[in-house]
Amino acid sequence: MTHPFLALTDRDREEMLRTIGVSSVDELFRDLPEGVRFRRALDLEPALSEQELSAHLAELAGRNADTTHELSFLGAGIYDHYVPAVVDTVLQRGEFLTAYTPYQPEMSQGVLQSIFEYQTAICELTGMDVSNASGYDGETVTADACYIVKHATGKTKVVVTEATNPQVRQVIKTYAPGFGLEIVEVPHRGGTTDPDDVRRAAEGAAAVIFQQPNFFGCLEPAPELAAAAADAEALAVAHVDPLSLGVLEAPGRYGCAIALGEGQAAGNLMSYGGPHYGFLAARQEFIRRMPGRIVGETVDIAGERGYVLTLQTREQHIRREKATSNITTNQTLLALGGLVYLTWLGPQGLREVGEACLDLAELAKQRLQERGLELVFPDRPTFKEFAVRVGRNARDVVRDARAQGVHPGYALGRDYEGMDDVLLVAVTEKRTPAEIDRLAEVLAEVAA
Amino acid sequence: MKLIYERSQPGRRASAIPRPEGLARAEVPEELRRTEPPRLPEVPEFELVRHFTELSSRNFGVDTGFYPLGSCTMKYNPRINERLVGLPGFAFLHPLQEEEGAQGALELEWRLQEILTEVTGLDAVSLQPAAGSQGEITGLMLVRAYFADRGELEQRRKVVIPDTAHGTNPASVTMTGFELTPVKTDPRGNVDVDDLRGKVDENTAALMLTNPSTLGLFDENIEEIEKIFHGAGALMYYDGANLNAVCGISRPGDMGFDIVHINLHKTFSQPHGGGGPGGGPVAVRKMLEPFLPVPAVVRKADGTFGLDYDRPKSIGKVRGFTGPFGVFVRSYAYMRMYGPQLRDMSEAAVLNANYVLARLKGAYDLLFDRLCMHEFVLSARNLKRDHNATALDVAKRLMDYGFHPPTVYFPLIVPEALMIEPTETETKETLDAFCEAMLAIAREAAEDVQLLKDAPHDRPVRRLDEVRAAKNPVVKYGFESHPVLEAEHTPA
Repeated sequence: MTHPFLALTDRDREEMLRTIGVSSVDELFRDLPEGVRFRRALDLEPALSEQELSAHLAELAGRNADTTHELSFLGAGIYDHYVPAVVDTVLQRGEFLTAYTPYQPEMSQGVLQSIFEYQTAICELTGMDVSNASGYDGETVTADACYIVKHATGKTKVVVTEATNPQVRQVIKTYAPGFGLEIVEVPHRGGTTDPDDVRRAAEGAAAVIFQQPNFFGCLEPAPELAAAAADAEALAVAHVDPLSLGVLEAPGRYGCAIALGEGQAAGNLMSYGGPHYGFLAARQEFIRRMPGRIVGETVDIAGERGYVLTLQTREQHIRREKATSNITTNQTLLALGGLVYLTWLGPQGLREVGEACLDLAELAKQRLQERGLELVFPDRPTFKEFAVRVGRNARDVVRDARAQGVHPGYALGRDYEGMDDVLLVAVTEKRTPAEIDRLAEVLAEVAA
Repeated sequence: MKLIYERSQPGRRASAIPRPEGLARAEVPEELRRTEPPRLPEVPEFELVRHFTELSSRNFGVDTGFYPLGSCTMKYNPRINERLVGLPGFAFLHPLQEEEGAQGALELEWRLQEILTEVTGLDAVSLQPAAGSQGEITGLMLVRAYFADRGELEQRRKVVIPDTAHGTNPASVTMTGFELTPVKTDPRGNVDVDDLRGKVDENTAALMLTNPSTLGLFDENIEEIEKIFHGAGALMYYDGANLNAVCGISRPGDMGFDIVHINLHKTFSQPHGGGGPGGGPVAVRKMLEPFLPVPAVVRKADGTFGLDYDRPKSIGKVRGFTGPFGVFVRSYAYMRMYGPQLRDMSEAAVLNANYVLARLKGAYDLLFDRLCMHEFVLSARNLKRDHNATALDVAKRLMDYGFHPPTVYFPLIVPEALMIEPTETETKETLDAFCEAMLAIAREAAEDVQLLKDAPHDRPVRRLDEVRAAKNPVVKYGFESHPVLEAEHTPA
């Protein structure tokens, strides 16, 4: 039977079987014991043509309320930032899209050099010395960091602030038993973390993980948190928003050992949660403990500059059970999207996007307050997200606001006790003052 | 060629960021403010496009040509999938959208789960893991949770892995706190059942097995192996890296496996992107379902779809949200274009591999002389012994013929290994051209081995000094203090 993705004709098959020395395709499977052979046809719906498939998926896609159809202030870790056309252009190049991991450097200089450029961009953003080629997402790179700090320090406790993204905390807790780690949480006080609390909790810990800006959108006293970790001889790990790093200080400048985060905001569409990339960068001393791929510069036999996967003795295919991680496939294409986006922005554009988010979020705070809504942490500076009290269950408020075409944000009560009436509102550079007015109008109506 | 940073000039830019008129400036507290801007590239948009286009021209993908990289299943990636994943209803959908606003996405995920249960012969699926290796970790976490629930975790510490396994398997074992028990391969390329019997007991938690193995051979003793493990109360884990060989032909669940991970970026055509993204869903037998990651994607009694977080025995979360959704769109689309014909896909993959094997086995050594499944492993040890030509030399010379090399030096038990996986999406003409090249290289090794040693001749770079890269790692651009490396050898 012919299929668009298959090529062999009956005549091809006959010639090939003759060359092999068997009489039928079935005979190729003679090593399979009778008892494990599948004796019926797969119970799946009949094959679709491309045209039928397109109609089916368009129907499914049409039943989703995406941000081109609904005015959205939903963030909580994934953000509706603008992604320029050049990102699509580069990512759709078949030479990038359909290549495997660059095991053969002579065939893969394009991918290898782009990873080297990506590593440079991440180091520049974070103020770190070394970056890997990417991890799966902001959650799993935090788990990777836990593995690094455990083996770097020999200690088995990791401290994480409660104001860190709940999914990040949940993922590291899922990994912790296998790693042999205990995870201890430090509560927030009025939206940010108290350095004294960190200092106490960090006693005997391998590291302290905090998020900047934190999950509530508030700016942590990050340099003080890093210093508190250092006082207790624990490593500081900052989970950062890449788009904040044009306006906020680089973690490498205030004593962090590791900086990591979710890359989606920088160059990836939201895509219902992935695929995106997680970035992970560290100080030089951790280079041989890094998980995953790292690209290095070298020369060929003619003296020409080139790029290779390097320090591979850390990795699973060489080191097996003693590897620094089991990761192989990472998120190279999405990280390339990140590199293209950061190149498109340049240093000036990065600052301007950050400022636009900051200023629009301030405007939104003002407008909501003018309508009588109350900020939960009014004294805390924020970046692009803030918490606001809506007077009744925030999930109901979300439902009622959506009925008017506005998704007003994330109901924080889903993760935090005592915050059932709190909404986390995200404002990216894509939102306009008129849209912010609309949010204020709708929220004023549906909030109690 | 230049780095993007070397094309940069202060004052240039590709972006214009809109700024609403009259928008007031907010201030970041001084102690938190960035002191020095990051040195990102400063280029106009057309320079950006030219730079990355030039980079792409220095890269080789399935779209460029034949890519028989063993164990990686480098098949054609349908272009329609790229269009579908970009539909606004998918691409601009926030993962925390209310269930009512994400019914199409949830239904797609649920349908994909249903297809994967049928293909694997198991009962329940979590799509959450981000790649095969994360699927492995998730699988082993399920093993932990299962035995912890039965009060046997303290006792069951050992995970058995054959010596042919991918390196990810032993690494995953360590990262989940288990201990590794290696098992040997027998003279026919199967797991050595005698060796196995002595190693499986009440302290064994699980087996991790790839079947067909990384040798491309279906384990003829799989039923016996199943009895040994289940007889000892242990679980069986299937590494789905080689699922492309057996869709609709033999299902892991029917072989006795309890947990399977599926590499969506191999069998189900998610493009590999130069090293990701991937997708590593995990399928399990009923008794393991309560332990799967949260949230579970479910169809409710009223026919709508939702996320179920109420799974008290769940291991937790291994990744954000429900997993890499864009990967699901592509793999779902791919599987819908095959339907029950997935069997034709696997048959063609196996036929192609056996054909190439039959044509090459006279010129290269073959340690296990059997019919193969979707891939096979040759050894260049005969060329090394007779002409000092290594598997690496063969690989590099293949580049001169316009082919991507096979996987080399893996699996570890085959000396000078060349692991070849043609996949189903190739014409007989392409397979023949590849065979001619491989046969020509074997002749060249005898006649002029230097031709192999100097290869590749026509790629953007010649052989690179990897030792030097590892000795003094240069892993980012150093701007004004960037080193200028010079060759230590004279060109041949």
